[in-house]
Amino acid sequence: MTGETILTRNFERSDSHTLRAYVETGGYRAWAKAQAMEPAAIVDEVKRANLRGLGGAGFPTGTKWSFIPKNHAGPVYLVINADEGEPGTFKDRYLLERDPHALVEGMLIAARAIRSATAFVYVRGEYVEPWRRFSTAVREAYEAGHLGKGFDIVVHRGAGAYICGEETGLISSLEGKKGWPKLKPPFPAIKGAFGAPTIVNNVETICHVPHIVNRGAAWFAALGTKTQGGTRMYSVSGRVVRPGVYEAPVGITLRQLIYERAGGVTGNGRLKAVVPGGSSAAILTADEIDVTMDVDGLKNAGTMAGSAGVIVMDETVSIPESLMVVARFYAHESCGQCTPCRESTGWIYKMTRRIVEGRGRKEDLDTILDVAKRGAGTTICAFYDGAVGPYISYIEKFRGEFEALIPRA
Amino acid sequence: MPRLTINGKAVEVPAGTNLIEAARSAGVEVPHYCYHAGLSIAGQCRLCMVDIDKTPRPTIACNTVAADGMVVQTETDRVRETRKSIMEFHLINHPLDCPVCDQAGECWLQIYYMQHGLYDPRMTDEKVHKPKAVPLGPHVILDAERCILCSRCVRFCDEITGTGELGIFERGDHSEIGLFPGHELDNKYSGNVVDICPVGALTDRDFRFQVRVWYLETAKSVCPGCARGCNIEVHVNRRRPHHAEGRRVARLKPRFNADVNRWWICDAGRYGFGFVDGADRLRVPARREGGTASDATWDEAIAAVAGALRRLPPEEVGVIASPKMSNEDLFALRRLLDVCAVRRVAVQVPPRAPGDEDAILIRADKNPNSMGAELMGLGGDARAVLTAARGRQLKLLWIFGHDLLASAWPEPEVLEALRRVETVVFTGPSANLTSAHAHWVLPAAAWVERDGTYTNFEGRVQRFRQATEPLGQALPEWEIVGRILAPLGEAPSATRAEHWFRQLAAAVPAFAGLSYQSLGDTGRRLAGANP
Repeated sequence: MTGETILTRNFERSDSHTLRAYVETGGYRAWAKAQAMEPAAIVDEVKRANLRGLGGAGFPTGTKWSFIPKNHAGPVYLVINADEGEPGTFKDRYLLERDPHALVEGMLIAARAIRSATAFVYVRGEYVEPWRRFSTAVREAYEAGHLGKGFDIVVHRGAGAYICGEETGLISSLEGKKGWPKLKPPFPAIKGAFGAPTIVNNVETICHVPHIVNRGAAWFAALGTKTQGGTRMYSVSGRVVRPGVYEAPVGITLRQLIYERAGGVTGNGRLKAVVPGGSSAAILTADEIDVTMDVDGLKNAGTMAGSAGVIVMDETVSIPESLMVVARFYAHESCGQCTPCRESTGWIYKMTRRIVEGRGRKEDLDTILDVAKRGAGTTICAFYDGAVGPYISYIEKFRGEFEALIPRA
Repeated sequence: MPRLTINGKAVEVPAGTNLIEAARSAGVEVPHYCYHAGLSIAGQCRLCMVDIDKTPRPTIACNTVAADGMVVQTETDRVRETRKSIMEFHLINHPLDCPVCDQAGECWLQIYYMQHGLYDPRMTDEKVHKPKAVPLGPHVILDAERCILCSRCVRFCDEITGTGELGIFERGDHSEIGLFPGHELDNKYSGNVVDICPVGALTDRDFRFQVRVWYLETAKSVCPGCARGCNIEVHVNRRRPHHAEGRRVARLKPRFNADVNRWWICDAGRYGFGFVDGADRLRVPARREGGTASDATWDEAIAAVAGALRRLPPEEVGVIASPKMSNEDLFALRRLLDVCAVRRVAVQVPPRAPGDEDAILIRADKNPNSMGAELMGLGGDARAVLTAARGRQLKLLWIFGHDLLASAWPEPEVLEALRRVETVVFTGPSANLTSAHAHWVLPAAAWVERDGTYTNFEGRVQRFRQATEPLGQALPEWEIVGRILAPLGEAPSATRAEHWFRQLAAAVPAFAGLSYQSLGDTGRRLAGANP
C-alpha cells in the first residue's frame, strides 16, 4: 500500500520551495479554477472530499468553513495554524520548508470560500527555516500577482508556547495578548481574531485544498476511508530504522506504517508500545497496532489520530520514564488559566518523577489515575484532556512496570 | 424573558442572565471564585459547574446564558464530585497558613472547603513556592502562594479603573499575579482588589495584622468623603481593642448599591476614617479665655451659647454650618436659627484647591450633604458672613467643622474676622486651626459614632448608622443644637436622630413622605431631585 503521494510529491526536488518549481508541477492552476467557482461551491467540494482537520481535532474542514455567519458585513479572517508543537510531530515543518506555495495557494482558495480578505499564518517561534522559506514564498506570490489583489497574508511568529497551537490560544496570542485559550461560546467562526469571524486551519489541511479543487472531491474521498478522505503525513519517530515523514492514505494501518514505511523497529527489535497521534494520544501496546490510522479508526481503538505524530518505543524504553517526560511537558506547557489543569499537571509530574526516582508510594498510581479522571473535561480547552490521554493509558496498560519501581513497604 | 427550572424551581430571568445569577434568583447559590457580577466572565476557576439537561457533562454556570426551557441541577452527585475535585485542585499548592492569614474567617477557600471539599488531603509533595508579602502599592500587599489565580484583580484594573497595572505572569502552576514592569498598584480604587480577592492573596496594608475578622462588628453606613455617598460597611473592633492599640474603626468596606457605587469605593473614602481615632479629636467641651483654654461642662457650654443667642440681636449672630453635617443636624440647626431669627447663615466654604473628580465615583465636592443643606435653604453667602465679622457687625460667630484658615479665603482676612468677634463657637469632631481661635469648642460625634442621613448629589437620601460610641463627651450636632434649644423655650422634642428626620420630612417638601423605614439600606431618591 504505497499509493500516490500528493502533499510530498515535490519533496525530492531541491528547489521545490520556489515559485518556479511549484508552477512547473502544476501550481496555482487550482487557484485559477477556484476563481471561477462560487464560494459555496468550494465549501461544498471540500465537504464532499471528506477532508478533516489534520492539526489534531479531525474536525470536517468544509463544515467548519460553513460556520461563518452568512452575510457577515465586517472582516472575516483566515488563520493558519503553523504552530506545530505537538511532541512527535514535524510534518508542517516539511510543508513550510519544501512546498510553501501549496499553503499559499490553499489559502487563496480557502479565503475565497469563507470570503476572507486577510489571513494570518502563525508560525511556531522555533521554526526559523520554515518561517524564512514561507515568507519568501509569500513575497514571490505577491510579486507574481497572486497576493495583494483582494487577499493579503500576514506572517506572524510565535514565541514558543505549546498552548498557542490551541486555536483560541493562538488567536489570543495573535491579538497581542497572553496565549490563553478563550471561553467558548462564542466560537471563533462567530467571534474570533480581533472579534471577527475567524477560521483556524492547520497547514497540512489547507495544503490539500488545491488538489481537491484540481482533481475533485470524489477522487480525494476515494483515497481514504468512508469518513475521512485523502492522505496525510505521518511523522514517525523513536525506535524505528527510518524515522521521518511519510505520506500515506489515511486507511494505512499502524503496522504498515512502522514496518513497511519506517523500516521496522530498531534497538532490540521488539516493539513495546506506540503513541499514534502525538504525545496527547493514548498509548497503544505492541498487539494493538493493527488499526487504521484515520480519525475514526484510532478513535475506535481508544486513542486518537491527533497530529499523526507516531512515536515508536521498543523494549528498551521505560514507560514510567516516558510518562515522566510527557508529564513534565504538560506541567511546563499548561497555560495556568484553568484550575484543574494548572494544578494537576504539576502534581502528576511530581508523582511520576517520584516513582521514577524510586520514591513512589503504592497509592500514587491510583492517585494519578483518579486526579487525571477528575480533571478531564473540566477545562476551557482540550489541553488537559490531551494530557489525560497519556496519564491514564501509560499506567493502565503498563501498570506492572510502574509497580516494579515502587519500593515495597 | 427566558423561563427555566433550577433545582426543580421555575424562574423567569431577563434575557442574557447567566446561570449563577439565574440560580440566585431561585434562591440557589452556585459556588464560584472567578465570577464577579461587576467584571467580565473569565471562566477560569471551574468551580461553578452545574448540570444542564441534555448536556453530557457539568458545565460552568458563569458562561452559560439562561435559555428558555433549560433544566438546571446544581446538586447532582456528579456536580458535587466535580466541585470537590476543583476544591482539591485549588488547595494542593495553597500554604494552608490560615492561623497567620488576615483573610481567615472570611476566606472563600475555608468556606467552600467546609461546604464542598471535606476530602482527605493526599498531596504530599513539595508545594510550589512563590513570592510572599510583596507590596503592590500603597494599600495592597500580595501573597502569591495564597493566590488562586481567579484574575478578578487583573480584570478590575483592566475593566473598572482602566489602569491595567496587574497581570498574570509565568505559566502552569508557577503562574502568579504581578505588576507590569515600572508599575505600582496606586490607582484611586486600588483597595477594591482586596475586597474582590476571594482568598488571602491580596490583603490590606492598613488592616493587616490589626484584628481577626471575627471580632469585628458591622454597621451599615455611607461614606462622608464626597457628594457621591458610596454605601459602606463600617467594621469596628470593640471586643479586642488592645489588638489594635485602641483603634476602634478597623476598616471600611464597600456595600453594594446598584444606583450609587455598585461594589466599589475609592481609596480616599476607604482610608479616610483615620480622624475618628485621631489625636486631634475633640473629646470635651472647652472654653478659651485670654489665651488659655480649659475644659468645661456641657451645661456651661450650652448655657453660654444659649445665653449669647438670647441676648444678642439676630443680626449680630453669624453661622457657618457645614455640608458635612447630616440632614438631621442641619434641620435642627434651622429650627434654632428660626427661633432666634438669625439670617446670617451659610454652609459652603470654598476649598483651597478644587477637589479631584473622575467618571467612576469620585466627585469634586468633598462634602456628603451639600444637596441636603441646599434643600433646607441654608445655602447663604459664607463670604458675607466673614465680611460681617471683619466689619465688627457680629458678636457671635458659630462655625461647624470648617477650617476657615485652610480654605480659599485669604488667611489675614479670616484671622481678622475671628479676632473681631466677641464669641467664636466651634463645633466639630476634630480640632483644626480655626477651632484654636474659638472661645467655645463643642465636640461633635464623628459620623461612625451616630445615626443620620445624607443627601447625595443626585438627591438620594441615605442612612448611616452608629457603629461605635462617641469619643469622650462628644455629641451629635443635632443633640448639641437640641440642648441649646431647650433654654430658648423649645421643649426637647427629639431624642433620636430619627425624630429630627420625621420633623424634617413634615416640614421640608422635598423630603415629604420619607422615613427611616422607607429609606431602607440603600436610600431613596427625592421625588423632585434634578441631578
